[in-house]
Order: sequence, then C-alpha cells, then structure tokens
Amino acid sequence: MLNALKLYFRYAGVSIRSQLQYRASFAMTTLGHFLLNVITFVSIWALFNRFGNVRGWTLAEVGLFYGIVNTAFAIAEMFGRGFDIFPPMVKGGQFDTLLLRPRSTILQIFGLEFQLMRVGKLAQGLLVLIWSIANLSIAWSAAKILLLLAAIFGGVCLFTGLFVLYATVSFWTTESLELFNTVTYGGVETTQFPLTFYQPWFRAIFTYVVPLACINYFPAHVILERHEELGTSVAFQAASPLIGVIFLIVALQIWKLGVRHYRSTGS
Amino acid sequence: MKAYLAIISARFRMLLQYRAAALAGLGTQVFWGLIRLMIFGAFYAMPSAKSAPMSWPQVVSYIWLGQATLMLLPMWQDAEVRNMVRDGSVGYELARPLDLYSLWFARSVASRTAPTLLRSVPLVIVAGLFFGLQFPASLAAAAGWILSMFSALLLSCAISTFVLITTLWTVSGRGITDLTGPCVWIFSGIMLPLPLFPEWMQSLINFLPFRGLLDIPFRIYTGNIPLNEFAGAIGHQLLWTAALILLSRWLLALGTRKLTIQGG
Repeated sequence: MLNALKLYFRYAGVSIRSQLQYRASFAMTTLGHFLLNVITFVSIWALFNRFGNVRGWTLAEVGLFYGIVNTAFAIAEMFGRGFDIFPPMVKGGQFDTLLLRPRSTILQIFGLEFQLMRVGKLAQGLLVLIWSIANLSIAWSAAKILLLLAAIFGGVCLFTGLFVLYATVSFWTTESLELFNTVTYGGVETTQFPLTFYQPWFRAIFTYVVPLACINYFPAHVILERHEELGTSVAFQAASPLIGVIFLIVALQIWKLGVRHYRSTGS
Repeated sequence: MKAYLAIISARFRMLLQYRAAALAGLGTQVFWGLIRLMIFGAFYAMPSAKSAPMSWPQVVSYIWLGQATLMLLPMWQDAEVRNMVRDGSVGYELARPLDLYSLWFARSVASRTAPTLLRSVPLVIVAGLFFGLQFPASLAAAAGWILSMFSALLLSCAISTFVLITTLWTVSGRGITDLTGPCVWIFSGIMLPLPLFPEWMQSLINFLPFRGLLDIPFRIYTGNIPLNEFAGAIGHQLLWTAALILLSRWLLALGTRKLTIQGG
C-alpha cells in the first residue's frame, strides 16, 4: 500500500513536471480555469442582484452549495482525469501495456495524468466557500466542520467514481460518451442551486442515479440548521456524504469486471 | 475565391460525417437547456421579475437559441492549425499559393457552420414543439435575425482566427485560447442573457465585441431590440469584425516574418 502510494506520487510528479514545461501556457490555462469559474459565480451573483432572494435562499447560502460541489469537482479532476484519456487507450490497444505491468490498473490510470492546472478551479471553489461561510452566521461545532469536510470528501469520491465508470464503459463501446459530461458538468451546474428549484423527475436523477444531492444539498441543511423541504431526517442528511464513498467503491468493482471482460483491439 | 469555397465545402463534408456525435450533442444540449430553464424559472417566479428588462418568454427563446447555436462560438478552436504550428507542418500552409489569412478564415467558417447547422435544426424543432421556444417576434425581426446571425458567424471566425494567429507566439498554443473562453462565456450572453446583468456593467458589455456573437441576434429575434435599433446593433458586429480582420492580418504579416518552423 505504502509502496503503491509512493509510486503514485512519482507518477504525479512526472505529470506535473511535464505540464510545467510550457510555463506561460500553463499559467494562462490555470488562470483560464479560475476565470471561467469566477464567471459562473458572477452570473449567479447577477441573478441575485437583479431578482433578490429566491424562495428564501440568499446568495451566501447558495454559495455554500456552490463552494462544496466545485471544490470537490476540482479535486476529483486533478486526480481522476487520467480516466478521461483512457477510452482512446482501449481503442488503440495501449491498455495492454498497463496490463503487463505488475501493478493494479487503477493505480496506473490514476497516475496517467495529474492535472495541476485545476488548482485554478480549486482556488475559486474554496474562495466562494470561504466567502459564503464568512457571510453566514453558522454556529460552528466540531461535528459541523467534520460534516463539511466529509461532504467535500464524499463529492471527490462520487466524481472520481463517475470518471471510473466513464472509463469502464469504453470496454464495451469504444465511442466516448457525451452523456458523462452531462452528469458531471451538468451535475455541478445543477447542484450549485438548491434541489427544490427543480422538477421532481430531475431531482430524482441527482438523488438516486447520480447522488450529487447527497454531497451538498442534504449535508448543507445540517450545517445551516435549516428545515429541509423534501422532509428528509437530519440523521439521513448527516450520513448522506457516505453515499459518495459507496458510489466509488461500486464503480471500482464494475471497473474490475470491465478489466476481466477486456479483449484487446490492438494489432 | 473558388479555392476557398472548395476548402469550405471539403471541410463541411468531413464534419458532416460525425452524425452520431451530433445526436449525442442534441441530448446534452436539451439537458443543459432544461437545467437553465429551471434555474431561471425559479428567479422569474419571484415578484421582482416584473421589472426585469426581458420577459420570461423572451428568456426562454434566448436560452434555446443559445443552446442551438453554441457551436458557433469561438471557444472551440480548430485544433488542426494549432497542431500545425506546434509540429511544424504550418510550413506547408505557407507554401500554398493562397492567402494564409483567407485560408484560415475559410476553414473557420466551415468548422463553425457545419456542426451548428447539424445541431441547431433538430434542437430548434424539439425546443419549439415541447419547451417553449417561440417564433421570431415579427417578420422584420426574423429578417434582422438572419442578417445578424450571419454577421455573428463572421465575427466569431474573425475572433477565432485572431486567437489562432496569436498561437504563432506561444508554442503549445493553449494560453490565449484558454483566456478567450471565459470572455466569450460571460460577454456573449450564453451564461446569462446580457440585459440581466446590473446596469453599471451594461456600458462595458455594449462596447465589447462578444455581444455580437449571441446577444444581438437573439434579442433581435425575440423583439427585445426594437426595429429602429437594428442598424446600430448589426453595425456594431460588422465594425468589430472588420477591426479584428485588419489587426489579425497585420499580426500575421509580422508573425510569418519571424516564424520558426519546428522539427525537421
């Protein structure tokens, strides 16, 4: 295990060094990611600025939703984007190389790419999170801080699970699926706002299929000590980040199934 | 001219091969449109929406048109030329007996119109039938919209060719491209219809070229820009297009003089 971690850090180090080769471009790309996210928040701010509070939600409260989901997504993208460049590897038969090495395929694919430029996105997510916390009067306790961290961690697991599933699908079909972008980026976009903004069928997708609501909407209610309109219990809200972890575990099992199913296309 | 038309038609035919991608894109864009619709809907359900500078039906049409013509935006760069600069085959481009700027511009026209047409037609039908996209506000609005869409295409190509030329200076060719994205994203109106931004931002928004990409054509379509302001709005698009073309040509002349071809 320790050895695996050491190897992973080596992989990540190599990836980071290669990204820093084009220094000016790297800086601008990182800044670009930062700005792109700032813009999303500016447009949310502009809506609140024009229309006022919505259904009893303030901008600072929405900022908490936004901060949690974006921080989690940025961290997951940093670690997990290796799975993104995986489908072409199956297509081209390069996956065989990984299978020959005496290490787990999961470790090697995580090590394919460490996207340092996502720090731009991460910084923005954290900034919004800090800003919103500073503007909300939350009675903080150790349990609440732990829950906030758990929510972010659950989110990282959930998004990583999605990346793993995305890569796994390519064992069966070598067409990359735009559908996954819909649930990742679309999911981030959706869960930036309270779940009750959406129609029931849409809420169901992000509660039961891709349980993103469990890593920000539900735990945020505990942190804000707010009554949840859909009538879930506080115990469920506090435990919900666990679902993100379970999602990742299930995704990894499906991945293993996929690896066993794999037949090389290479020639 | 014939050569450039041939380039456009060849690229067009190539891009039309990706029909499955277009279908998947349709699903994605309907999904995104619905997310947008529900978020804006929550805000428009508030009493404060009465004084908003755009009516709800106008916003709905604006959102769907945005999803339909997303591919027109100069955010997606033609990776081909970028890689040419990177691996040195841009040398061949220079050797062709064609004007380099027009060549790149023509490529850009093709790579924007083909996917846009492919995606927008089914999306407009779906959105019109089920999700509240309305017809143009009037016959004049329809005519103005077509004219303004065409100007938006030229503007988009002028911006993306300008960005492309700057890659002659940064080898990996990503930096400026990545900075253009955010500007386009916010100031074109794709994130948020531009009239909904605070009043104090409007003068900046009105000055920048990016509103010519989506906001002007869409507001003409929905009747948010009245008939007597058509000329000014379309003029804004064309002026920026001309300015960018001139600037890009000058930069290109400068760039090709000092260009180092990579590889050997």
